[in-house]
Order: sequence, then C-alpha cells, then structure tokens
Amino acid sequence: MISFDNVTKHYKNTSMPALAEIDLNIEQGDFVFLVGASGSGKSTLLRLLLREETATSGTVTVDGVNVAKIRHRDVPAYRRNMGIVFQDFRLLPGKTVFENVAFGMEVIGKHKSEIARKVPALLELVGLEEKSHRLPSELSGGEQQRVAMARAFVNQPKLLLADEPTGNLDPATSVGIMKLLDRINRIGTTVIMATHDVATVDQMRKRIVQMEDGKIVRDQERGMYGQSGQAL
Amino acid sequence: MRFSFVRSEVANGLRRNFTMTVALIVSVAVSLALVGAALLMRAQVDRMKGYWYDKIEVSIFLCGKTSVAFTCTGTVTAEQRANIETVLGSLAPTVQEIFYESSQDAYGKFQEQFAGSAILANISPDALPESFRVKLDDPANFEKVATALQSVQGVESIQDQRQLLDRFFQILKGLQSFAIAIAAAMLFVTVLLVMNTIRVSAFARRRETSIMRSVGASNISIRLPFILEAVVASVIGSMLATAGILATKYWVIDARLAPNLTFIPFITWSQVLAIVPVIFLAGVGITVLASSITLRRYLRG
Repeated sequence: MISFDNVTKHYKNTSMPALAEIDLNIEQGDFVFLVGASGSGKSTLLRLLLREETATSGTVTVDGVNVAKIRHRDVPAYRRNMGIVFQDFRLLPGKTVFENVAFGMEVIGKHKSEIARKVPALLELVGLEEKSHRLPSELSGGEQQRVAMARAFVNQPKLLLADEPTGNLDPATSVGIMKLLDRINRIGTTVIMATHDVATVDQMRKRIVQMEDGKIVRDQERGMYGQSGQAL
Repeated sequence: MRFSFVRSEVANGLRRNFTMTVALIVSVAVSLALVGAALLMRAQVDRMKGYWYDKIEVSIFLCGKTSVAFTCTGTVTAEQRANIETVLGSLAPTVQEIFYESSQDAYGKFQEQFAGSAILANISPDALPESFRVKLDDPANFEKVATALQSVQGVESIQDQRQLLDRFFQILKGLQSFAIAIAAAMLFVTVLLVMNTIRVSAFARRRETSIMRSVGASNISIRLPFILEAVVASVIGSMLATAGILATKYWVIDARLAPNLTFIPFITWSQVLAIVPVIFLAGVGITVLASSITLRRYLRG
C-alpha cells in the first residue's frame, strides 16, 4: 500500500538530510510503530505521506500513486484517504465534542443529514456518545484525543497517521487510546504511529521501524522498543 | 462547502477581529470616497468644457478713438471694417459664424449686466470698442484666426475666451490630481490593512485551518471564509463611500451650489450613478486581490 523507494529528503539550509535513502514497505492493514529520537526523521516521513513536503529524491508511492506527482489541486482529495491524529489533539475550544467532529465533515462539504447520521456513530466508536455536548475543556486528555480520533475517522480513511498520540497522556489513559487504535486497525485500517512511548510499544507487540539520523536502523515484526537496533 | 457553514465562519471571523474590521471599513470608505471625488471632478470638468466650449467665441476688438495698437490710426474706418469682415469670411470653414457688435450694442449689454451699479454713470458708449464676435468650428483653431488678423489695419486686439476658461480648468485639474494622489495613498494603506487583517485572522485560526487541511478540505474552502471577510468589510466601506458621494450630490451640489451658480453646468445624477459601480469594483477587487496574495503566503497547502 505504501512504499518508500530510496527516498531522501533534504530541507533547505541544513547540512544533514532529514531522510537518507529510505526503503520501506507497508501493507494494507499493517500496524507500524515509528520510533526514534527527536530529529531522527519520523515526522519528515509522516509529512511526506501527507504531502506537506515532497521528497528531494526517490519516490513515495501510496496506493499505486506517486505522491510527489499529485497536482496541487488534487492534494485535498488525496488527504481525504487518510486520517491524522496529533499529540496536541487540535480540538476547537469553542465547539462541543459533536461540533468538533462535525467540523471535519462540514469543511469538506458533507450534507447536514449525513453529519447528523455519522457523527453519533463515530462518537460511539470512540466511546464518547454520552459526552457529545460537552466542550473540550470539560474532558480529560484521553477523552480529547478520542474526539480527535473520531474526527480523523470521518472519511473512513484506509490509512491513519498518528504523531505521538499518547505523548500528552498518562500511561493508563494511553492504554485506552491504544486499544482504540488497535480496534481501528482490526477493521482494516493501516495505522502508522510515531512515538517515544516505550511502554506502549512493548505492550502492543507490533511491527517496529526504528529511525536514527534519517536512516532506518531496525525494521522488526512484533518488536520491543528496548531491543537494541541490529543491522538489517 | 455549505453556505450556512461559510456564513457562520465569516461572521465569527469578523466578530473576533472587530477592531481590525472597523479600521478596514473606514479605510476602504475614505479611499474610495476620494477615488469617487476624483472621478466626479473629472466628469465635472468634462461637462463644463462641453458646455462652455460650445459657447466660446473669439472677440476681435476694433480700433477706437483712444486705441494705441500699431494697427490703429484712430477709429476704425468703414473700409477697414469691410476688409476685416472679408478676411474673416475667407477663413471658412474654421470660422463658422460672424456677428458684428457696435459700440452701442456693447453699451446695451453692459447696461444689462451692470444694471443698478454706479459704474454705469462713468461709461459712455464710445468707451466700449466695437467688435466682431466669431464662432469657430473647434475652439482649438484660435491660432489660425489670430495669425490671419493680427496685422490687419483696424484690429486692436484679438481675445480667445478659451484661454480664460483653460486657466480655470487647470486649477480644477490640479485639484483632481491632488485627489487622485491622496486616493492612491489611501488605497495603498487599505491594501496593507487588508493584508494585515488577513494575516492576523489566519494566525488566530491556524488551528481551524490545520484541521481543515488535514481532513482534506479544498484550498478554496479554506481560503474562502478569509476572503469573504475582507469582501464584507470592503462592501460596507464601498456603501459608505457611495453614500458620501450621493449625499454630496444631493446636499452640496443640488441644494447649495447649483441654485447659486446658475452659469455652471453641474454633473447630472446619471454621471454620479455611473461612478457607483466603479467604486464597488475597485473596493472589492482590491481587497480580493490583496487577501488572495496574503493567503497564498500564510496558508500554504
């Protein structure tokens, strides 16, 4: 589904490439942890997938499409095939839980009746149907992240990108979020999650891609964070 | 993108950015009012030119008892007068009509113009020179007539009324350039204000726009609320500017100036109304352009 073929990304005014000759394949339905220190290239990898950036050399292919070749005006349509969750939740403080999720549908022109039908179903998926009229400030961090996940899922994307989704949450709450991600993964969604969270990674026992200085130093099925990176 | 959603986004943006919005409206209103004033002034000058140039004559004053011009040897003789008329006649079609005005005719007009004034007592008919009044096909052809007559015996002086008018029009033109300069400066300020307002607005809503981008909202639907915000402000500003111009026509020109200055043809309502669409187009056009350019910079896809 996703393939990085000899991908290098060089940002302007930097001496070291953010990504250096990366090769990576991810199949539909995979659950992949992207681990590594800050600045190791995790975020750049996600940004290339979102097409917020394009590779300096090499090709990124998603669903058979060369991402760099997508025309500017077709980028929004491309992004509707993926959902994204951030560390800081990015909820709108003035809108209720329901409205926050609805916002994601309104801005892509979905009809009111579809929104009224779909949003409750999404809130039920993340276990917040009872709190749909609360404001984000009245929710715990974990609940806020669930709202953000419901919103990321409005288009039923085939791919969910999560950038440190548990970074601001305590371990117990993180478990809940991971269970939800696991559930989303089990219905066929590919999940790519960038994280520092050792406990979470070890507990899930999923595929681990470890990065260092823009290179992949480990790609392991059912891995643990703690295992030191061995040469591929 | 549904209309009700865009509308609520725009209303929210304007409310959150209230002071900037007010500044924008005032700035648009003032600059467009000045643009309108400059356009009106031009229309006014054109109208006056059309009206007065039509009535303009060249006056050829003939020698009197006291004339000192080198072409004069005392009062013009009948022979000289006939010669002058022949020269004028030969200048057709530049010269279209020739009227002769005797000293007595001139005195009659003078009496009419200064009826009741003490000045009348000091003037006798022979103090006013007799003259030919000549109508030209085009007032710009004055030179032709002047060259043909300037050394003819019996002609004391040749006066082009257009020169008197042109001095007056020059003053109006100066005023017009002044208004245009101020309008240009104000429009420039308006453009900067639009850019700044949009930038502040985009910054205040960076979370919304980042969410919109990540769920795949189209560029136009992300930018439209911002552009519409600026458009709403500029439409209100344009309406204020239009109101100011219509008020000037109604209360200043029609109610005050026109009744007192009956010899000046003032701009008509249709000329004033023709300026209104120009004001709206300029106002909306400039804000749309300025906001689109700013958004391109601050909301990269």
